[in-house]
Amino acid sequence: MIDIRNVSLSHGGTRVLDDISLTVPKGGVTALVGPNGAGKSSLLSLIARLQPLQDGQITVDGLPVGKTPSRQLAKTLAVLRQDPAIGSRLRVGELVALGRFPHHRGRPGPEDRRIVAETLDEFDLATLADKFVETLSGGQRQRVLVAMTFCQGTDYVLLDEPLNNLDMYHARQLMRYVRRVADEKTRTIVIIVHEINYAAAYADHIVAMKSGRLEAHGPTAEVLGPAMLKQVFGYEMSVLKGQSPLVAHY
Amino acid sequence: MAKRASIVLIGLCALVLGSGVAFMTLGLRGNLAFVLELRGIRLCALIVVGVAIGVSTVLFQTVTRNRILTPSIMGLDALFVLGQTTLVFVLGGLGFSSLDPRLTFAGEIGLLMVLALALFLPMLRAQMDMGMLLLVGVVLGVLFRSLTSLIARLIDPNDFAVAQQASFASFNDLEPNLLALSAVLTMLGAIVAWRMRHELDVISLGADAAIGLGIAWRSAVTGILILVAALVAVSTALVGPVAFLGLIAVALGERMIDTRRHGVLLPTVALVAVAILVCGQILFQHMLGSASALGVVVEFVGGIVFLALLLAGVRR
Ligand SMILES: Nc1ncnc2c1ncn2[C@@H]1O[C@H](COP(=O)(O)OP(=O)(O)OP(=O)(O)O)[C@@H](O)[C@H]1O
Ligand SMILES: [Mg+2]
Repeated sequence: MIDIRNVSLSHGGTRVLDDISLTVPKGGVTALVGPNGAGKSSLLSLIARLQPLQDGQITVDGLPVGKTPSRQLAKTLAVLRQDPAIGSRLRVGELVALGRFPHHRGRPGPEDRRIVAETLDEFDLATLADKFVETLSGGQRQRVLVAMTFCQGTDYVLLDEPLNNLDMYHARQLMRYVRRVADEKTRTIVIIVHEINYAAAYADHIVAMKSGRLEAHGPTAEVLGPAMLKQVFGYEMSVLKGQSPLVAHY
Repeated sequence: MAKRASIVLIGLCALVLGSGVAFMTLGLRGNLAFVLELRGIRLCALIVVGVAIGVSTVLFQTVTRNRILTPSIMGLDALFVLGQTTLVFVLGGLGFSSLDPRLTFAGEIGLLMVLALALFLPMLRAQMDMGMLLLVGVVLGVLFRSLTSLIARLIDPNDFAVAQQASFASFNDLEPNLLALSAVLTMLGAIVAWRMRHELDVISLGADAAIGLGIAWRSAVTGILILVAALVAVSTALVGPVAFLGLIAVALGERMIDTRRHGVLLPTVALVAVAILVCGQILFQHMLGSASALGVVVEFVGGIVFLALLLAGVRR
């Protein structure tokens, strides 16, 4: 469970997050949606202790963020930021293997190697394993970063727009993988998506944000409707109800 | 890949050993014991300086996440010279010379650590890009150098000679009384860096990724900057500022092993830097006949490598 209590955040006087309180249940996929600048990435980076909390509390699986040693949290929570600039001259295999770092601190065992190999296969990266990351295409690089995040093998995974740059095939593959990991390993995955139909098809819960405020949250079928979409995105769109998954026309 | 790295490392070790032996034995004349002792001290100094510059450059490039900037390009050694000149100014030339050099050295190292942290920690936290860092470095370098010459004008000419000794790269008149202390410091620094090699791999991914993987980024980077400051202080105190040696050593070393993993990169770069210094010194002492030119040539070649790297667009 991720518990967020009265979290606010300001950057240079402007309020970016305004008194957010929210509980993300343990297990399942939660989609975080909202227009550009809504504060989605900011909320995610606070949960993942990538920037210090200014106001309020967050706990992940009972561990208070900001008070728990970074090292311990890294075994519980993995995060992928929006557009991370990976500047290091590393090969794909080496980079994905660094995802295991919190567990072995530099001395990988057979179990770590097995997980790395499996993850490389899972994300269609085995053939790229010896290439330098900086020579990859945008979508290939995104897949490497997602693979590295899952390689960390944590119960909680936060993904900030992981579908960026992915083609339709790989976007679908990724969402199916997310779904499978959540179901089989009862992991908790929070994913920021702009494509509302992906949220409709794969998420158990939806959290909608706008201008730093929480607009709606709850089970997908209950929350996702024309009223909420208009409220958050500012225009009418029709939602085909009665079929599964829901489909929004926009 | 691992095989390639071991071959390179073994080759470099052989080169350093061979050149060390050549350095000690080539053209021996006169009082053997005296000459050998002199050369031994000099060889030790070259090794200490090479290791200090190599390791500090790798560490600095890792925390700043680029492959062009070095501590000296960012004005760290100019800052050291400024600290030294300021000390001479405050204490007076006589006062400075009468103090135990190890004491003043410790003071200078401490000063450099504090200043380096105050300068670079905010820059790293703001995640400046390379162009911005480079600009800041150039400005800082000019600032420190002109402050140094300003203070040099203010102190009286006799004291000035004391201060001036510190501000030129020279591999000939070393400071032997600092050597033991410097060697210990450098060895400690190298050991700490080596033990951090896995963390360094993670830190090179950048602050966010490193925090996500469980690195306590602030304290790790603070520690690394302190280490860099100590190593820069050691090499600058021994031979004066050598701006581009670290750059050449990293550029060469990285090309040899074709990886940025610190477990291999750190020893390779340290060995390359030592090899350049020892071989260069042999070359100039015995073949070209002007031992004082090594510093100039290193700067010249290094400057060209620096430009080439910039033009080749090695951005990170
Ligand atoms: N470091 C910062 N300094 C100043 N303002 C910031 C900073 N980071 C974010 N903001 C502001 O906070 C607001 C929310 O940003 P955030 O990145 O969380 O939005 P988002 O919902 O992720 O948007 P997007 O869908 O475009 O990724 C924006 O208005 C942005 O300008
Ligand atoms: Mg965002």
